[in-house]
Amino acid sequence: MAGIGLKAAVDAAIRAHGRETFPHECCGALVGREGVVHEAFALANTTEEGPRRRFLVRPDDYRVAEERARETGLDLLGFYHSHPDHPARPSQYDLDHAWPSFSYVIVSVMAGEDKELTSWRLNDDRAAFAEESVEARL
Amino acid sequence: MATKIMIPTPLRPFTDKLDAVDIDGATVGELLQNLTTKYAGLKQHLYAADGKLRSFVNVYVNDDDIRYLQKDLTPVKAGDTVSIIPSVAGGAPATAEALPQLSGDEIRRYSRHLIMPEVGVDGQRQLKAAKVLCIGAGGLGSPAAMYLAAAGVGTIGIVDFDVVDFSNLQRQLLHGTPDVGRPKLDSAKDRLNALNPNVHIETYDTALSSENALRLFEPYDVILDGTDNFPTRYLVNDACVLAGKPNAYGSIFRFEGQASVFGTKDGPCYRCLYPEPPPPGLVPSCAEGGVFGVLPGIIGVIQATETIKLVLGIGEPLIGRFLIYDALRMRFRELKLRKDADCPVCGTHPTVKKLIDYEQFCGVAPHQVAEAAAKTGGTGPGTDALTSRELQAELDRGDTVVILDVREPQEYQINRIPGSTLIPLGDLPKRYVELDPNANIVSQCKSGMRSAKAQEFLRSKGFTKVRNLTGGILGWIDQVDPSQPKY
Repeated sequence: MAGIGLKAAVDAAIRAHGRETFPHECCGALVGREGVVHEAFALANTTEEGPRRRFLVRPDDYRVAEERARETGLDLLGFYHSHPDHPARPSQYDLDHAWPSFSYVIVSVMAGEDKELTSWRLNDDRAAFAEESVEARL
Repeated sequence: MATKIMIPTPLRPFTDKLDAVDIDGATVGELLQNLTTKYAGLKQHLYAADGKLRSFVNVYVNDDDIRYLQKDLTPVKAGDTVSIIPSVAGGAPATAEALPQLSGDEIRRYSRHLIMPEVGVDGQRQLKAAKVLCIGAGGLGSPAAMYLAAAGVGTIGIVDFDVVDFSNLQRQLLHGTPDVGRPKLDSAKDRLNALNPNVHIETYDTALSSENALRLFEPYDVILDGTDNFPTRYLVNDACVLAGKPNAYGSIFRFEGQASVFGTKDGPCYRCLYPEPPPPGLVPSCAEGGVFGVLPGIIGVIQATETIKLVLGIGEPLIGRFLIYDALRMRFRELKLRKDADCPVCGTHPTVKKLIDYEQFCGVAPHQVAEAAAKTGGTGPGTDALTSRELQAELDRGDTVVILDVREPQEYQINRIPGSTLIPLGDLPKRYVELDPNANIVSQCKSGMRSAKAQEFLRSKGFTKVRNLTGGILGWIDQVDPSQPKY
């Protein structure tokens, strides 16, 4: 199983963002280098389908995220979002909307408390996600 | 002639790690066709099985989305830059997987919802999965529960312990004339099942209390407060905050109604607005002050609207906003409400961490003693009072008694004790001088509460012989003169 490294501050920022927007989903970009995330870059959840169960990063915000990575000399490694009152497992909707080669970090927020945090990558045939290990990095 | 196509990060593994490639083509469609021919790995990520671009793939010519140009047929010319820009979407499983399916009957029934993107099939399934608890099946609970049932809220709970009275029918549309005398829960269940047999109605034949509130709230997503008294209103508020459930609040009095959404995570609660209840008796109940029959129709439907919006997660909920409706002037006003950091329940350092005794908190315990006394026909402890039978006996003996009726003139028109003097409680401070401070006065109202206040007031003004008629005019009708109508 391939893995992704999260700096301690990144792990804490994702969890705090999930608690803050509960019961709605939060979302943001993962910016880093060589499989280690240096920054969780919070983005607005702009979904119009009900933010309790959906998140959407629009093209303009996606460009902001790419620009953020470029200006800090890093790469866009993926995105994170929260699952309020649901386990940190990707949904069919997550799979249907996934981009290849990105890491998708999901944090479960149960009754306002952050719980499990997992990371996933889309298989080459788009048929499923494969879980990747999440490692704490300094 | 080649056009530059910008490749986003996740697709670069398929373009030999290039962030920009030069491709030939006269339209966007041709460019993408040639792009996916050259880099075959891209195709399944850009196109769905039906050959259309995936919904989360956005293609821009310079700064314009081709959806708003000519889509695939958008022409490209020398110097243009075409960019593939991701939308990133996802979400928790509830909508797609865990929610109940709709039957064919339900799809026909909810078709006007289903064709609106804000609701749609997923939203209707969310409604079907939703559980809403209505506190009370009265004026507010009636229209709210009826619209929730019609809209397809899958589980509706109702807490009530009352039976249908004739005086309810002017506004409580869950109950009809043949239902008078039946438990409200029975008529409510019949009415809601007739409206929509697909919804499940749970009934709780009990008074909401500090002992049972948290247990009753537990399975529900939204609590709809249709109560008519302060102890229960504070109880519902505190229990919602403690249980983390939103409270679709409404209240009505005479011609004015109020609505808001309390108890959400970042929003204020009822106590942020009113930390303490008003002094007992200051605000009359609907039974004392009356209520415009159509008023709960408006307010209850606003509560149902907010409940459905909360379930669907659409629109701007009435959180941090306090809506005031004046039916006579036909005006809505809106007050901004802030979450109070010092709020005893939802503030940063709450002092109320479990449910308390709300009767005591609202100072209504003495009222209940008086009521209990009225029911048994005796006199309340520590108050100088008499019953209607005792009053009748004194009148028969020929005693000189001034019967002071402190109700409103409209009430006096309905029924009265012969020979009584009408001075409404609110007028008493400026009109008590009309009375002889040494007279033998019996203070009387509808059931004995307002007259107890009048008694207290007159004593404070030096009146020596003031007694309160327990049970008020209603007791008089029961014990002495059944020919008069009750209200």
